[in-house]
Parts: sequence; C-alpha cells; structure tokens
Amino acid sequence: MPLLWLRVALGFYGVGLLYALVALSRSSDLLSRIAVPATSLGMVFHFVSLSEAVLLSGQLTLASVHNSESLLAFMIMAFFMIVYLVYRTTSPGMVVFPSVFLLTFVAATGQQPFLSMSPGLRTGWLFAHIALIFTGYAALFLSFGASLLYLVQESSLKSKNPGRIFSRLPALEVIDEIGYRSLLLGFPFMTLGLIAGSVVAQAKFGRVDFLDPKVFLSLLMWVVYLIMVYTRWNAGWRGRRAAYLATGAFVAAVVAWAANYVSTIHRFAAS
Amino acid sequence: MKLQLIGVNHNSAPVEVRERLAIPEWRLAEACRQLAEHPGVEEGMILSTCNRVELIAHLKNGSGDLRAFLRDYFQLDLNQFERHLYEYREQDAIRHVFRVAASLDSMVLGEPQILGQVKEAYATARAVGAVRAQLDQLLTRAFAVAKRVRTETAVGSSAVSVASVAVELAKKIFGNLKGKQVYLVGAGKMSELAARHLLAHGCTSIFVANRTYDRAAYLAEKFDGQAIHFEELYETCDRGDIVITSTGAPHAIFRPEHGELFLSRRKNRPMFFIDIAVPRDVDPEMNKLDGIFVYDIDDLQQAVSAHVADRKKEADRAEAIINSEVERFQARIQTLDVVPTIVSLQDHLETIRQAEIDRVRGRLGPLTPDQEMAVDALTRGIVNKIMHTPIRTLKTAAREPEAITLIDQVRRLFNLQQEEGERERKSAASKSGGGSGARG
Repeated sequence: MPLLWLRVALGFYGVGLLYALVALSRSSDLLSRIAVPATSLGMVFHFVSLSEAVLLSGQLTLASVHNSESLLAFMIMAFFMIVYLVYRTTSPGMVVFPSVFLLTFVAATGQQPFLSMSPGLRTGWLFAHIALIFTGYAALFLSFGASLLYLVQESSLKSKNPGRIFSRLPALEVIDEIGYRSLLLGFPFMTLGLIAGSVVAQAKFGRVDFLDPKVFLSLLMWVVYLIMVYTRWNAGWRGRRAAYLATGAFVAAVVAWAANYVSTIHRFAAS
Repeated sequence: MKLQLIGVNHNSAPVEVRERLAIPEWRLAEACRQLAEHPGVEEGMILSTCNRVELIAHLKNGSGDLRAFLRDYFQLDLNQFERHLYEYREQDAIRHVFRVAASLDSMVLGEPQILGQVKEAYATARAVGAVRAQLDQLLTRAFAVAKRVRTETAVGSSAVSVASVAVELAKKIFGNLKGKQVYLVGAGKMSELAARHLLAHGCTSIFVANRTYDRAAYLAEKFDGQAIHFEELYETCDRGDIVITSTGAPHAIFRPEHGELFLSRRKNRPMFFIDIAVPRDVDPEMNKLDGIFVYDIDDLQQAVSAHVADRKKEADRAEAIINSEVERFQARIQTLDVVPTIVSLQDHLETIRQAEIDRVRGRLGPLTPDQEMAVDALTRGIVNKIMHTPIRTLKTAAREPEAITLIDQVRRLFNLQQEEGERERKSAASKSGGGSGARG
C-alpha cells in the first residue's frame, strides 16, 4: 500500500513538473493555478505513504534507501510550501518540482524490503538524526534553487531586455531573502542532525571514525555550509558568489548522500 | 435604442477647441440636466476630460439634435467646430463608449484614469436623473467590458513612461520599495520627476547632491530630504538604494572602483543606478559588478518603446473583445424589445385557455382529478405547440431590423395593443424602480 499512495502522490507531483517545464517557455495561467493545489494533494498522499511505511515496518527508522529519497522529497515539498505561504510565489517550484518528482519517481519505481536495523541502536537518537538531517537537506536544496533563480533574474535584469518568460519571477531581493532564510533555518537542523548522528555512532562503535567517507564528507558538507552562512551574514555575499557556494554545499551534500553506498558504518539497510 | 454620440477628442481637435467645449466639473451636473431636458432627448450624459468632450444621448424616436444642444449651451457658431466633431449612432456609439471606457481611445493607450472619469461622469448624470434605464444599461455594460479588457489583455499593464519604467525596474530588483532610499546626483527636472514617482511608490527618504549646493538644498527641502555637498558624494552615495544621476559632467563620475567601494560598504546589497545624463554619468562597466544594475536613458527608452509595442499588440486583442461585446450587447437590448410582446402573447393565450376550460367544466359538471389533469395537459399542449413557432420566429427576428414590423403584425393579429401598452408602462416602472435600488 505505501507504494500505491506514493505513486498517486507521484501523479500529482507530475502536475508540478509540468508547470515547471511549461514555465520555462511561457506562462500558463491554468497550470500556475493548479500547481499548488495538485502538489499539496500529492503531499497528502505522500504523507500517508510515509506513515504507512513506518507503521508497517514497525520502526521509526526509515533506513531503506527508497524510503529516504521519498522522505527527502517530502521535506523539500514541505519547505517549498512554507515559502509559498510566506511569499506567495510558486517560482521556486521551477527547481523544486522537477527534483521532487525525480526523487519520488525513484522511490516509487521499486521498493526493497525493510531490513531491521541492528538491535541495540538508540532508536530515538537515530530518528532525531534522520529527521534533522533531512530537514537540513531540504533547506539547503531550496536555498540552492533560490540562488539559481537569483542568477536567472539577475542576468535578465542586467541584459536590460527582461524577457517575458521570467517576468513572473519574484523581485531579486525577495528571491535573495528566500535563499538566505532557508539557509539560516537549515543550518541548526543540519548541525543538530550531525550531533545526533555522532551520538548514535558513539553508542554503536564507541568512537567516531573521521576517516570513514560518510563521516568525512558529512563534515565537509557541514563546513561548506558554515562558510556559506558566514559569508552571507558577514559580507552579504549573494548573486554569483553565493550561487557558487550554494552549488558547492549542494554537491557536498549529494556526495555525502552517495557515501552511504561506500561507507562501512553508515549504510542504507537495503543497499 | 436610439443612441447618438457627438464629441471631440485629442485626435479630432486641437486643445484650443477642446478647452472651448470643456465643461468644468462644477457645472457638469447642471449641463447634464439641461441635456436631458433638451427637445428630443430622453436620457443624456456628458463626459468632459482634458482629452475629450463627448455627449451621449438616448433619443426619443431618433428626433433629437445634439448639435443644437452644443450650440445653445456654449452659444457658439457650430460651423467653426463642425470639422472637429465626430458623431456615432447606434452600434457605432455603443462601440465608441466601450472603447473609451476600456481606454482604447486614449492618447496613452491603456492608461487607467479614463475609466474612473467615465464612472464619475456617469454618477454625476445619474444623480440628476439624466441617466436612467437605457444609458444605465449601456454604461454598466461598458464598465464590465473595460474590466474584461483589463483582465484578459495586457493593454494597461506595462509602464509607458521613463519614470514608470524606472519604478517597475526598481520593483523587480527590490520588491517592495518601502524603506528604500533614493539618492539624486544632479538636480534636474527629469530626475526630480523620477524621484517623485519612486517616492509615490513607497521609497522613504531622499538625498540630493548637486554641484551648486543651494539647488540641492532647495530640492531636498521640496521632498523633505537631505542635501549633500558634492565633495561628499563618494562617501555618502552607498546610502542610496536607487541612485539617479543627471549631472552635466563631461566624464563618467561613477566608475567600477566606486561601485566596488559602495558594494563593500553596503555588504553587497544591490544598487540601482538610473543614469539619465548625456553624456553618461555612470561607466557602463559598472553594470558588470555583481549587485549593481545600471540603466541609462537609452535602456529606459528602449523598455518604454518595447512596452508601447506590446500595448499595441494587446490593443488588437482588446478590439476583438470589444467587437464581440458590442454584438452581445446589441443582441441583448433587441431581444429585450420582443420580450414584452412574447409575454403578452403567452398571457393572451393562457387567458383564452382558462376561459375555455371553465366553460367546458360548466357543461360537464365536476371532473375527477385525473380528468382535470388530462384536460389541463391537453389544452396546455395544444397552446404550446401553436405558440412554439411564432415565439421562435420573434426571438430570431429580434436580431434583425424587421423585428419592429413583425412585432407590430403579431400585436395586430392577436389584438395585443392595449395589453402591450400596459406592459410597457409596467416594465418601465419596474426598471426604474430596480435602477434606484441598485443605486443605493
């Protein structure tokens, strides 16, 4: 059943994807009107799917790789909705919708069995670790999307011939604010998530192995994140430089994610 | 409907003529009343703005003469004005009213003020009772059409002056302009205008730097801003989010190194330079800095002409909307004309039917409910079948000029004259009653 709901959700996210693709070439009133309701519905089904998965497996952990992709997609959508409620703009959807669709698609096309985690793990800490880290990922992702939009809007303003396509983007400062706020909001989550992770690792292995690729890359990602927040806060970096940094942090995050496949201590249950 | 419209506008008449015919606001109500009392005029309305003076009237039997009203009211020799006057009747008058309200006949295509002006003129004429059922219907529809044009086309959505383009761009950069600061370098007329626009859109404070300090002080005082000595320009300029330059300097006074300085002081918050000086005050290289946006007078002008072209394109779509609305409106008022006839025809036949049933009932004695129903259904069926074609013919004919003759024939055939007259009075009474209700 979780898979079925996930596929229904995928269908609704498809509307969002369509909106994002169409918005690249022209503005469609109909699509921009239904994109948010459709993806919200998608979130409802998505939530049902996630909670059923947890109930079925009987554990709070979502360690199967497909589940984690699904959870990440959900968190990103949640962040998008918050931004939408605050700023009333669907523009970040041009980046968010395709990614969410892709993540959900991967999660919905197959499902490995749930393997139980090694007993004796502190499930409370583990759950906190996963939830916090994923919130951080989602925030980082949205910030990344916002900086892409910033670049697009900036170059359209600099070209002095603002095209029609992007005339619907929010103002430069609004995009900037969305990116900055997501970044700030995400950082404590990411930090606490890493702390929770190291508590779990300590409990399991007695020490934290800094040479393990997963640990190393996660720290690297955290450091890039820190630099980003610092330069934004201190020097007001934005535009191109901020976008490079956000891209860096995003790549680091993706690599840290991928490290799950090679790390000896931090593996997805089914991979 | 017997509609007539005459008037002058910015295309047909020079300003000397328009001002001769203009009616000031305080005399408008009285003028409307006089127009409505003019021989042959049933209802009338006057629209008088700086770009047009128009009289719109619904005439009794098409007999009125609006030119005579103009002549009497202004006591002028109409021969001098004849070549400036335009006149529209019926469908063309409807179209003209729609186009004016939708701002398609304006000097600046799509400018939004005209709709408000038409609404005011309508309210004035209505308050003195010069506008009633017929013109009311026309004007109410015109407002709806104007709204439709506004929402379905982009004819009024783009900025078409340098100052409004500047505001639009500033909004694209800063979003809300609330709390943004404007910095004027050089105190020319045009920068003053742009500053006024920006302040009207929410910018809060203003700085003025000028080579002659007195002029800066004068302008700063005008805007409740702060005058700056020109030597302090580079130390203070980063306080402006929007910088408008218009000095007569022979070389650029802002170069990239200044831009970098400003940016580092501003923690990279964006800056918008509007350079309306020729030769330019801002080195175009500045535009390459992250977070600095430079628009010179050509860039702004180019945006203006792009928007004007857009508006023209949109205006074509707007005209199509107007055309279909004119047709719809006309169909509606004409269909309305046949409705009283249809209703009295139906009433007439229903009376006959009831009378016949009563007669039969008297002969047959009391009927069972079943029989009652059967008789009723039978007679009703016959009446409806007979009525079907005439009613349909009337409805289709409503859109043709022959409707009047046809209505006349139907009335004579069924001897409906008297009832028709009654109905007309009744419907007129209920219409004006409904109208006054809507007014409250």
